[in-house]
Amino acid sequence: MKPRAVLIGVLSFVGLGAVGFVLPRWTVFLFSLALARGLAALSVALLMRAGLVSFGQSLFFATGAYTAAFMVRLLGVREAGLLLVGAVIVSMTVAALTGLWIARYREIFFAMLSLAFTMILYGWLLKAYWITGGTDGLRIPPPTVLGTAWSVDTLRSVLYEATLVCTAVALVLIHLFLDSPLGYALRAVRDNEVRLEYLGSSVWQVVYWAYVLAAGLAGLGGVLTALNVGHVDPQLAYWTTAGEFVFITLLGGTESVLAPLIGAVVFEFLRTYALKYAPYTWQMALGGMMLLLILFMPRGLWTLRYLRFRKAVS
Amino acid sequence: MIDTLVVIGTDGLIYAAWLFLIALGLSLIYGVLRVLNIAHGSFYALGAYAAASLIGLYGRRDLWPYGVYLMIPLAALAVGVVVGPLVERGILRWMYPREPVYQLLATYALFLIFEDLTKLVWGVDPIYAYAPYTLLGEVSIGDITYPWYSLLLVGTAAVVGILVSVFIRRTRTGRIIVAMIEDPEMSMALGIDVPRMSVLAFSIGTVLAGLGGAMTAPMIAVMPGMGAEVIVLAFAVVVLGGLGSLEGAAVGALLIGLLRAATVHLFPVLELFVIYLVMALVLILRPRGLWGRVEVRRL
Repeated sequence: MKPRAVLIGVLSFVGLGAVGFVLPRWTVFLFSLALARGLAALSVALLMRAGLVSFGQSLFFATGAYTAAFMVRLLGVREAGLLLVGAVIVSMTVAALTGLWIARYREIFFAMLSLAFTMILYGWLLKAYWITGGTDGLRIPPPTVLGTAWSVDTLRSVLYEATLVCTAVALVLIHLFLDSPLGYALRAVRDNEVRLEYLGSSVWQVVYWAYVLAAGLAGLGGVLTALNVGHVDPQLAYWTTAGEFVFITLLGGTESVLAPLIGAVVFEFLRTYALKYAPYTWQMALGGMMLLLILFMPRGLWTLRYLRFRKAVS
Repeated sequence: MIDTLVVIGTDGLIYAAWLFLIALGLSLIYGVLRVLNIAHGSFYALGAYAAASLIGLYGRRDLWPYGVYLMIPLAALAVGVVVGPLVERGILRWMYPREPVYQLLATYALFLIFEDLTKLVWGVDPIYAYAPYTLLGEVSIGDITYPWYSLLLVGTAAVVGILVSVFIRRTRTGRIIVAMIEDPEMSMALGIDVPRMSVLAFSIGTVLAGLGGAMTAPMIAVMPGMGAEVIVLAFAVVVLGGLGSLEGAAVGALLIGLLRAATVHLFPVLELFVIYLVMALVLILRPRGLWGRVEVRRL
């Protein structure tokens, strides 16, 4: 990492952390949700590096969220840290199993199979209502953070700070992963996987591990969402939720680990205002924006970063 | 025992007919344009809405009651003729040179747009159009009574399947489309007007999706969100049979229809699960589906 990038990263981390104590509570809540969604979008972006579009990251998003709900209700775990670890482990375990099968597929097959998996979970969450609460979902009572039961007022900020720390750790880890040989192999899968195999790498393994890692990220996003909202419902697993993650990724871009996060923050605020002022045409606006992005800015908002350079050259 | 089998068989056949109508268009569009059209679900919903409106309009006039069945193909045609060319020429053609990933995303964007468009035009309240359903009455098979309309659905699916198959195999235009599926570049070199054929194929696919929706409209409450569920099922059928294959869509629809009926009657909790389980097994054994062709990996 370049020193300047590190500096910017640390500064924005501290800045966002400080903001948690200053801004009104609903904004802090939105930021928490945006960061959690950003993690799920990052998991889509990770797979997109390999040229794979997943319309099924909601599978792990919901798995993470529901794992937390079950841990609270069935095992009586209240500590947020334990819930986070448990949810990530369960999400990655699910991915380790589905990945065995799905890592063979590419393009639309990968996209639609991941979609099929998340629909299976959705169907089960709806049908097994005696365990999952059906369409109503489950309520998660306020967790303890670092062994302390915080008052309702401070809990929001505490959860936000916790979300921020998780996000920062995940970002650094993913950045390191992308800089590792496996991370480069991921890009090679996109460029030409036959050649990658001739070089002696196992394409299947590269895709498999990226898929499992991405599941961990989405699961983390899911459990953070569940804790912040205090409620889980089957909609988390519906494929249109995964579609939102794909949109966020497209909006932000995939070139940096920060891009999906920026996309998520922009998306969350766009959505809040759009739902207020244009509740019936909100998806249409989303679709229109998506088409424009695909046609004119396929690498997302992240490309705006280069505008200045281009001007300097001309 | 026998009774259960008969019930499973008939239920499965009805469900399969419904699936086939929708999956056929999806498969055709993929075969010709190599685009997996997520917006296909929206075309299905549009067909249902259009049919519900037309049936409602027709019912308000004092006309020959059986004429209401004409409204169903009319709705399908309207959707295909208006939306098909608009989407293909307006948006999809810009996506052909792009990576498949972006094509998929573009059709997803279209899906989102159509979701709200239907809400704007028809509102969010459910619309009912039972007239064609109740008009035909019921029929007894064994101890079970079935609405005639369900059997009409099976008949329609069979007729449509045969018509499309005759069109593809016996007419000049159909054969040109087959040539395009086989080798688009060579067809272009031979002087085939590929853009025109693309519009045609896409519009036919859209009409089929619309017909699927229009036939469904009298059986259900037409409301927002109905397109989102259908696309996943249609995809399962098409993948099972092999993308771009007509026989594949038929066999896939039958397989999934019968299996779903069997699980609904025997193990209701597994309903969705079983569909994807079959898809999983078939794809493990034949990664390109039952009728799919193996594609050569190129450097």
